[in-house]
Amino acid sequence: MIKVEALIRPQKLEDVKSALADLGIKGMTVTEVRGAGKQKGYTQHYRGAEYTVNLLQKVKVEIVVKDEDAHALAKAIAEAARTGEVGDGKIFLIPVAEVIRIRTGEEGDIAIS
Amino acid sequence: MTKQPLRTITTTTLVSLLAALSVNAYAQGSAPPPAKIDTGDTAWMLTSSALVLLMTPALALFYGGMVRAKNILNMLMKSFIAMSVVTVLWVIVGYSLAFAQGTPFIGGLSWLGLKGVGLDPQATYAATFPHQAHMVYQLMFAIITPALISGAIAERMKFSTYVVFIAIWSIVVYTPLAHMVWGLEGTKGFLAEKGALDFAGGTVVHISSGISALVMVILLGKRKDTSDSRPHNLPMTLIGTGLLWFGWFGFNGGSASASNGLAASAFVVTHIAAATAALSWVIVEWIAYKKPTALGFASGAVAGLVAITPASGYVGTTAALIIGAVVSPVCFNAIKLKSKLGYDDTLDVFGVHGVGGTLGALLTGLLCSKAINSTGADASATQFGIQALGAGVAIGYSAIMTFIIGSVLKVTMGLRVTEEDEIVGLDLSEHGEAGYAEVGSGEEGHSAFGGVH
Repeated sequence: MIKVEALIRPQKLEDVKSALADLGIKGMTVTEVRGAGKQKGYTQHYRGAEYTVNLLQKVKVEIVVKDEDAHALAKAIAEAARTGEVGDGKIFLIPVAEVIRIRTGEEGDIAIS
Repeated sequence: MTKQPLRTITTTTLVSLLAALSVNAYAQGSAPPPAKIDTGDTAWMLTSSALVLLMTPALALFYGGMVRAKNILNMLMKSFIAMSVVTVLWVIVGYSLAFAQGTPFIGGLSWLGLKGVGLDPQATYAATFPHQAHMVYQLMFAIITPALISGAIAERMKFSTYVVFIAIWSIVVYTPLAHMVWGLEGTKGFLAEKGALDFAGGTVVHISSGISALVMVILLGKRKDTSDSRPHNLPMTLIGTGLLWFGWFGFNGGSASASNGLAASAFVVTHIAAATAALSWVIVEWIAYKKPTALGFASGAVAGLVAITPASGYVGTTAALIIGAVVSPVCFNAIKLKSKLGYDDTLDVFGVHGVGGTLGALLTGLLCSKAINSTGADASATQFGIQALGAGVAIGYSAIMTFIIGSVLKVTMGLRVTEEDEIVGLDLSEHGEAGYAEVGSGEEGHSAFGGVH
């Protein structure tokens, strides 16, 4: 099993969700995060006091799928989340050792289906 | 279109309510000369009192939006508690010390506990409306003045010490200054006698609080962590600004002590100065930092209101435009002093109220005209000198007395919360509550899902 972890622009979350729905994927975990990459921060002024914000708001979407589905899923997320500008984010594919469904105690692929 | 009838009904209801109140005052007065009470004046003074009271909650919102989320309730409470503390003191002793017959520097004790402050007119202060209306109107000024200081000492001063501070300050600093400038019963106040013009409190309210704010932040020291002290809710600050602007019509308009042409004149110049100053702040900021900010607009509006306050009953509409245009660039630069000189005036009380109030007091001497108010003065170098004297006395007196009060409190009660409490936030450490759900660590953010959590 693979965990697909996508860091995307907050405003692209809806597009990504509908792309996932098209693939028939229902389960996901979404978290608000902050991070920095190549995208520049921005400057705010409050009565002349300057604040530089370089940790920008992103959304992290995590989905665990069977090994063979991971690449297609990642590509679909990338398509949906892309604007072409710096700051679109990253997708990480991470091996998952084991999955347990808490309600039934099922393990492995069956637990994520 | 649909709103118009509603507004008319509300106004009518308000007017009849106030009229009913003044009729009631006749009924309760002991030896009434009913002919002397003017219902229009009475209605306007009671309305103005309510308007000025609203400025304190408005100030709470104005300040509250600018602090961090972990200190919001403490910031609001520092204004609201003044409504209670100052009211109680004013009834017992404050009004008498400020307005009763006494020395040129402080009033006497003849109106202690509001003895003799009744529902009949009072020849010196309230010729055509109940003396109690004057008392309660002046109370609203006494409330907001120490509350203004709370913006400077924000995010670190102990609440208990703050309450004791405003109680002492109200008696020791506010009442003598009010008496010197506005005391007219029997022996005139020292600055009133000199002819210093302060229509609605430029020296008494804004210079005194602004200078005291500066002294207190020097005694307190800086906040521990200001790496990110961005305002947590500027919409709140803008609501506060709007309500302050609204209330200020009572602050300045009511200072005519009558519902007449002078009240209208003060009302109009107040509005013009606020509007002009908001615009001039935005322009200056736009040039300096390339963006017109909402906080800049709010700061400018308040600076304009502060600066017109002493002048409002003595100047005309052109002067109001000038005052509004000048005050914002001056205050805009004054607030930069704190980073250069290294004091931590959290919300720029000195930069806006101290500097704006002083500028307003001085400009009054250069722009006043007897054509607006025959009891005032015409602009002259002499009048400018008298205004400078008035401002100087207010600066010197408030600075010295606040330094003494603050120093004594520093060694007795302590001025600051502990470093740990400051970092946790004063809402939790001082009040045991939180302004917003899930806030407490100061780590609040903005939701990608469309709300604030």
